[in-house]
Amino acid sequence: MERSTYDLWVGAFVVAGIGALMVLALKVGNLSTYNMSETYQLQVYFTNIGGLKPTASVRSAGVLVGRVATITLDPERYEAKVTLTLDSRYKFPSDTIAKIQTSGLLGENFIGLMPGAEDKMLDNGELLKQTQSAMILEDLIGQFIYGKPDSTK
Amino acid sequence: MPIQRSLKAIGSRTINAVWRMGYASRFLVLTLIYSGLSFRRFRLTVKEMFFSGVMSIIIIMVAGMFVGMVLGLQGYETLKRYGSESALGTLVALSLVRELGPVLAALLFASRAGSAMTAGIGLMKATEQISAMEMMAVNPIARLIAPRFWAGVFSMPLLASIFSVMGVFGGYVVGVVVIGVDEGSFWSQMQDAVDFQHDIMNGLIKSFVFGVAVTVIALFEGFDAPPTAEGVAGATTRTVVQSSLAILLLDFILTAFMFRGA
Repeated sequence: MERSTYDLWVGAFVVAGIGALMVLALKVGNLSTYNMSETYQLQVYFTNIGGLKPTASVRSAGVLVGRVATITLDPERYEAKVTLTLDSRYKFPSDTIAKIQTSGLLGENFIGLMPGAEDKMLDNGELLKQTQSAMILEDLIGQFIYGKPDSTK
Repeated sequence: MPIQRSLKAIGSRTINAVWRMGYASRFLVLTLIYSGLSFRRFRLTVKEMFFSGVMSIIIIMVAGMFVGMVLGLQGYETLKRYGSESALGTLVALSLVRELGPVLAALLFASRAGSAMTAGIGLMKATEQISAMEMMAVNPIARLIAPRFWAGVFSMPLLASIFSVMGVFGGYVVGVVVIGVDEGSFWSQMQDAVDFQHDIMNGLIKSFVFGVAVTVIALFEGFDAPPTAEGVAGATTRTVVQSSLAILLLDFILTAFMFRGA
């Protein structure tokens, strides 16, 4: 079986195609920026998650440290139970506060982690106790228009 | 009775369409069954990849480049109104990777390579080369159809990737180099928004499905063409029309499954 010019051209074509796919994955997509080899999970309860969705980012000091894995409603507490998958390079103290934040005024929701001062670090499967729910823009506007109950005194 | 005659025409066309559908399904199954040869003698497939894939690269690259440039211009005009020009990269990349890359590459592939496949097979049939093969106990589906089928199926995702990359490059040239959108935010917002699993892989799945659809339609039309000059001409036209419609229809179905606002 000898080589032919077709092989050369088709080989070049396949290399170009796979190269294009690599460019898409690395330069256009987020495969290079988001590469977590080892992960651990944390649970958080929120009274209101707003527009948070699975795969939303988890950031601490603005740095991407993980993703939202699942969101379910806890049938006993009637609160949203959010599971976070975090990069195991980053450990957080047990009094870390999880906040649902918005990028920009109308942008996507993400979870911001504010590290506390405890020495004990959170381990796989543990619960983040201090949370702050999503800021609902409509509620804020409502409070502004109708006034807070205690501000009328 | 003109009414009776038109009803008869509609009926016979419907029956004929269903008939051809069944024949085409059997044709696809036979192609898959007899594909062994196109992998054992991979050379046959490589040669067909040259004719369908490599020969389409130039048109795919030029078209991708211009589509990206138009997206850059139009997207900038619209995004400027909301003061979010920095999202131009996101707009260009997402529209190319999810929709325009697979769909336009498949449409171009259908008219560039699909029509050539139909004409080639149809002419072989008209000049009785296919009957001659059968006479020599060579299975024409294994020898002629299956290598072309796999060549198209392999080429399509590669071509769609090349189309998307050229499009992103075109958008970059117009948006960043010509108009002057900030380069950092162009790339970083794009990388933030385009997900490998959700966007790039789904785009690849789409182009794979389109590859199967286009090659099956093209090869079947060629194989089923009446062995005359008009027959081959009509089959070539039908290939382009039907595969374009099939691509757009399948695109809607796949998009509805993949991106229903999860």
